[in-house]
Amino acid sequence: MTSDPYCPHPAVLRSVEPETPGVATFGMEFQEPARAAAFHHRPGQFNMVYLPGVGEVAISIASAPGEGVGLRHTIRFVGRVTNALQSLRPGAVLGLRGPYGSAWPVEEARGRDVVLVAGGLGLAPLRPAVKALLAERAQYGRLWLLYGARQPSDRLYVAEYADWERAGLELLVTVDRADASWRGAVGIVPLLFRKLALDPSRTLVLTCGPEVMMRATVHEAIDRGVAASDVYVSLERNMQCAVGLCGHCQLGPEFLCMNGPVFPYERVARFLGKEHF
Amino acid sequence: MIAQPLTVLNTRRAPRPRLGVFKFASCDGCQLSLLDCEDELLAVADRVEIAFFREATRRPLEGSFDVSLVEGSVSAPEQEAEIRDVRARSRFLITLGACASHGGIQALRNFSRVDDALAIVYATPETISTLPSSRPASDYVHVDLELPGCPINKRQLLSVLAQMLSGGKPRIDQHALCLDCKRQNVVCVLVAHGSPCLGPVTSTGCGVLCPSYDRPCFSCFGPAPQPNTASLAERFQAIGLSADHIRRLFQMFYNQAPEFLEEARRHE
Amino acid sequence: MVNTSAVVMEKSELGNLIARLWAEGYTVVGPTLAQGAIVFDELRTADQLPIGWTDEQEPGSYRLKRRDDGAYFGYAVGPHSWKKYLFPARLTLFSIERTADSFAVHQGSTDVPRYAFLGVRSCDLHAIAVQDRTFLHGPYVDPHYERRRERAFIIAVQCGTAASTCFCASMNTGPRATQGFDLALTELPEAFVVEVGSERGGALLVGLNVRAANGEIEAAHQVTETTKRQMTRTLDTSDMPALLYENLDHARWDDVAGRCLSCTNCTMVCPTCFCHSVDEVPDLLGERSERVRQWDSCFNPELSHVAGGSTRPDIRARYRQWLTHKLASWIDQFGVSGCVGCGRCITWCPVGIDLTEEVAAIRGSDRA
Repeated sequence: MTSDPYCPHPAVLRSVEPETPGVATFGMEFQEPARAAAFHHRPGQFNMVYLPGVGEVAISIASAPGEGVGLRHTIRFVGRVTNALQSLRPGAVLGLRGPYGSAWPVEEARGRDVVLVAGGLGLAPLRPAVKALLAERAQYGRLWLLYGARQPSDRLYVAEYADWERAGLELLVTVDRADASWRGAVGIVPLLFRKLALDPSRTLVLTCGPEVMMRATVHEAIDRGVAASDVYVSLERNMQCAVGLCGHCQLGPEFLCMNGPVFPYERVARFLGKEHF
Repeated sequence: MIAQPLTVLNTRRAPRPRLGVFKFASCDGCQLSLLDCEDELLAVADRVEIAFFREATRRPLEGSFDVSLVEGSVSAPEQEAEIRDVRARSRFLITLGACASHGGIQALRNFSRVDDALAIVYATPETISTLPSSRPASDYVHVDLELPGCPINKRQLLSVLAQMLSGGKPRIDQHALCLDCKRQNVVCVLVAHGSPCLGPVTSTGCGVLCPSYDRPCFSCFGPAPQPNTASLAERFQAIGLSADHIRRLFQMFYNQAPEFLEEARRHE
Repeated sequence: MVNTSAVVMEKSELGNLIARLWAEGYTVVGPTLAQGAIVFDELRTADQLPIGWTDEQEPGSYRLKRRDDGAYFGYAVGPHSWKKYLFPARLTLFSIERTADSFAVHQGSTDVPRYAFLGVRSCDLHAIAVQDRTFLHGPYVDPHYERRRERAFIIAVQCGTAASTCFCASMNTGPRATQGFDLALTELPEAFVVEVGSERGGALLVGLNVRAANGEIEAAHQVTETTKRQMTRTLDTSDMPALLYENLDHARWDDVAGRCLSCTNCTMVCPTCFCHSVDEVPDLLGERSERVRQWDSCFNPELSHVAGGSTRPDIRARYRQWLTHKLASWIDQFGVSGCVGCGRCITWCPVGIDLTEEVAAIRGSDRA
């Protein structure tokens, strides 16, 4: 008999690291060692996180494959389930099922330059791609991360930037609103594109963030000569089943949970800008 | 006022959360729905401290409440201060029923002069102190959740309490009633019998009570989100309803809901 | 063509066929009268069928009428479809029990009824095949659907009458059922012609009073030919999915949004619509929760809810989603149209919106 794809598996919350106001990274580990051992994800995929008594929510996996014990999820406490997650302390038991969805084209990027473009919490699903690219740094050309946050205090993973830069990532950060201490760029993240010395024919662009920001990013990239088939976006809708059965996350011919969340832009271009589609 | 997270309700070791039940201008039917829970009421009493409930206990009003259930509309001058007092004592305030959220049946008097109504109803109208209109609690204070219905559905109330006790912010379904009619195999009384059913513009929650007895919905749970009342009213006209009949359909339990108020006006 | 292994069964024998199915462990379900309509429910005997009744269907209207004969199956499809058995409207998938340091998952009973569907029309056979693609043939299989589907015994009935809302002929899904059944009945004035569609279908007939068919086969063929000629409604599906994809900004969407109630009825009566929600239903003690799956609808604003609101915040967006999915993106996703031409969405729309008219209007002023 087919196993139930809706069924969550117990996982222990090992750590809660505050990131920014209203955002924290949860370190989790399956209770069953066999399940932990059998779990293999690729950068860009997501899990369904389940809180007994409250419900389930789709959260991208923020840790890279093989990065330490367990899985990390960076969560913004904004919805009904995530608000309830906010009160949990290490030791609490949650449910997890996954990994689901498509992944960033990390393998296909070998030998190419890669521009990662993140807006706000969109850095979370790109983080495993950053780690994977840097783990095999020699395989790639130039690596840029363009990151935009609302204000300096909203930046994720600040403590890791120095390591990433040492490992060969060129990091450009911009904020919408600077504070007194901010010495960096101010403005929207797609504008950072204009600072790059791109060779468009050898460049892949991976972007995740608010849809309006991703659309602007795509246009900047294409304006700079990057092929639409070399631009990847990670989309978000209401994902409930995560297995392409419930219909909540549909965008035209795609179920985002199953065919996405990561798409080559040209595959979704027709519907992405269509208001309310 | 911003509602606090309800996480304390999830902690078994913490004192039981305090629940208050308050009555304003109403028929008591919603409070009775709570008493009508019978078996479940014992489980509720086990998990929460029912710290104030005039219908059921004699304890005086004192202290603060984790959850307050408010029945009835604000109709008398002293109730304006009372609802503010309840709010100040409450972390999470839930209104029960059509009166508390939209003024209820007694808000029909909002369509006329209150003095005229007093003269009809009371032998000595000069002894009656009342506000010119029947108002919802949300006209005076922040409301965290409105449970619809005239009266409320006890299953929906229990579901809300269970969700809060499990540590989540409670949610209720608010789609059109039709979705539940179809889930329960109830044949559409509008399509199959030509009955003027308000189900397509009415929020779910009643358990499709009337349609399951071949009766049209009278919208005692009020408007669903974005109700297309104009299209439904046009259909009613096509099946032979008079403008006056249509107006009265929209001027019942939720006569003050903006969408129904406006639709009724179109048929005056 | 009618299957050459067809036999003839007297009408009075239908009761024995139903009894045989029950005896073999099937729960027999089929059409019966209730609440002023022909609905599906359990059938113990043949006289529970709506014998001598028919239906008159128009956009937004359904009425039962007496026939002037004693036909067993002299009506078109009603408000129910077989998905209510294969994909129940409300189903507890499993329950979660909190334990001292974890939680346990308790699967619900896997002992689901073995259904025998009596009276499945050609459009509905196609609809079952469409839902099979969703629930069984994708990367993930739904075990709840699978369990019910693989055990179901299907007795089709060839349509002898078309409602005004029927348009299966233009969708190439009827009126003649050609596959996907165990048995198929064609009702003649005095008897049924029974086509055998599977080995277990043939096995069921053993011991029942049937005889070889002769001239009845041609008569049976004429039944569906006549029904086909009765059908007046059509849906032109040429250029799908492109027609709708290229007209996402058509003015007609605003027009239909003025009429549509967003009440979800069309999606509920649709035999292929599969959208659903899974809700957490905790008990009062905080010890157990049920994971409850229910039919949901793209007309429910909650369906597309994300932090920050609904992705489809108005009726225009929701109607457009439904129609483009049903007739266009369904083809991209599953290789077939999501519409089988049963006409239920036309009849059971409280304000009588007719998708064939909406498509015709868009087609008539393509890229307006």
